[in-house]
Amino acid sequence: MSRRIAKRVEEIKPSGIRKFFDLISGREDVISLGVGEPDFPVPWRIREEMIYSLEKGYTAYTSNVGLPELRKGIAEYYKRFGVDAEPSQVIVTSGVSEAFDLAVRAILDPGDVVVIPEPSYVSYRPLSYICGGEVVSIPTIPDFKLTYERISEVSQFKPKVLILNYPNNPTGITYSKKELEEVADAVIEHDMIVISDEIYCELTYSGKHVSIASLNGMEDRVIILNGFSKSFAMTGLRVGYAIAPPDIFEGMLKIHQYSMLCAPTTSQIGAIEALKSLEDIEKMKAEYLRRRNYVIKVLDEYFEVPKPEGAFYVFPKFFLDMSSEDFVEKLLIEKGVAVVHGNAFGECGEGYIRISYAVKFEKLKEAIERIVDFVKKYGKS
Amino acid sequence: MDEKSLDILKILEDNARASCEEIAKMLNISEEDVKKTLEEMEKSGIVLKYKTIINWEKILEDYIYAIIEVKVTLSREKGYDDIAKRIAKFPEVHAVRLVSGEYDFQVVVKGKSLKDVAFFIAEKISTIPEVRDTVTHFVLRTYKEEGVPLFVDEEDRRLALVP
Repeated sequence: MSRRIAKRVEEIKPSGIRKFFDLISGREDVISLGVGEPDFPVPWRIREEMIYSLEKGYTAYTSNVGLPELRKGIAEYYKRFGVDAEPSQVIVTSGVSEAFDLAVRAILDPGDVVVIPEPSYVSYRPLSYICGGEVVSIPTIPDFKLTYERISEVSQFKPKVLILNYPNNPTGITYSKKELEEVADAVIEHDMIVISDEIYCELTYSGKHVSIASLNGMEDRVIILNGFSKSFAMTGLRVGYAIAPPDIFEGMLKIHQYSMLCAPTTSQIGAIEALKSLEDIEKMKAEYLRRRNYVIKVLDEYFEVPKPEGAFYVFPKFFLDMSSEDFVEKLLIEKGVAVVHGNAFGECGEGYIRISYAVKFEKLKEAIERIVDFVKKYGKS
Repeated sequence: MDEKSLDILKILEDNARASCEEIAKMLNISEEDVKKTLEEMEKSGIVLKYKTIINWEKILEDYIYAIIEVKVTLSREKGYDDIAKRIAKFPEVHAVRLVSGEYDFQVVVKGKSLKDVAFFIAEKISTIPEVRDTVTHFVLRTYKEEGVPLFVDEEDRRLALVP
């Protein structure tokens, strides 16, 4: 057999992060600001509920779409963001990652064009590509935001899908209602479907999150993706969901029922409990906000720091004569601080690094001091 | 209370060593502003003391704590406040609380040995005329203090790099 690996899979670049793992392993002094998950534990009430469910023997499959109580809870929860969805539009998945995979597989035919604003989370491009999509990226340097004009510029490619992720990983930017309306206008004009990954929706620092699905004329065009990983720190439990228009919902469900069957039962039960109180989120958010303020204040003197309004990332631009990957490697070797190179999130991220502040304050402070030392050493004074 | 003062208190409640400079950066206000607000709160008795939570069980010099249930008899001249203040004056007394239920005061006493604490209660607390009855519980182990678990809690098991 000459070709064992499928062509599209072979063409995907492996994640650029792997090589830095080797540099970290075995070192005790490394502080990692490279983490993409909360440093808070899953609230105890949620864990307790999951333990109890195991004791009672809730370990069988659930229905493909998810537990009815959870679907109802999710539909109810999304009213918070102005979206009036029916529980029947909710499909519970193994994290947003699966939900995204289902969405692109459900709507893309080979050759369909997917538009991804960059810098962007690393999964969108490869998952779109595997199922035959052709990716067109929109570089959004230096403000990291999509505008009507930026979208119109790629309309010549007849795009079918626009991917949105806000509050954004890796930049931490988010959109106001007004900015979203502009995006929505372009989406309607060019007849696109939006896949909107809103996993960081609870972490906004100036004003509440607005879902693009809540805007006029968008209700039938948006697939909302969300989950419990960031809001409730349930990353390893793998539970997320999609809220989709009925026809797309049916398509996604077909794939889900044959591939994943259902999201983990224990995690679904934890998720039901999670939605019962949003108090834990407020505490986490207050702490993240303090850390964000601290980080941008200190870094501002040495980097160009676009002020992030959400998530737990800062995406500063450095002024040293080296590439992002060199920066990350040198910083790791010399100062024992791990961050992620900006170009991991798209070519236009070259010259930037991503800093996650999902780290206890004392460690964060120490790491930021080390970064400042590093920049001073290599900076042209 | 204004939001700024509350924010400062929340930071200090968790870390009494946070410097004014750090607090200022965290809240995006001036260092001078933090200093002034704190001084005001110290003056008005909102901030009483900056303490450290120590796990004394970890070092040799250990202390013994006892929780004492105290029942009292009230009279026209002597109310709860008077009796409580009298008990609170002893340096051995760590905490005094008026509680609902079977008894009146919950008193926490700190001493060097079992004997120390027992004699202190017998000689100083039980002899107060209004004290009718005491029940002493010696603390064998503390699991959580001031909201901080004293046992080895969960480690950070996250991967160092996650996109």
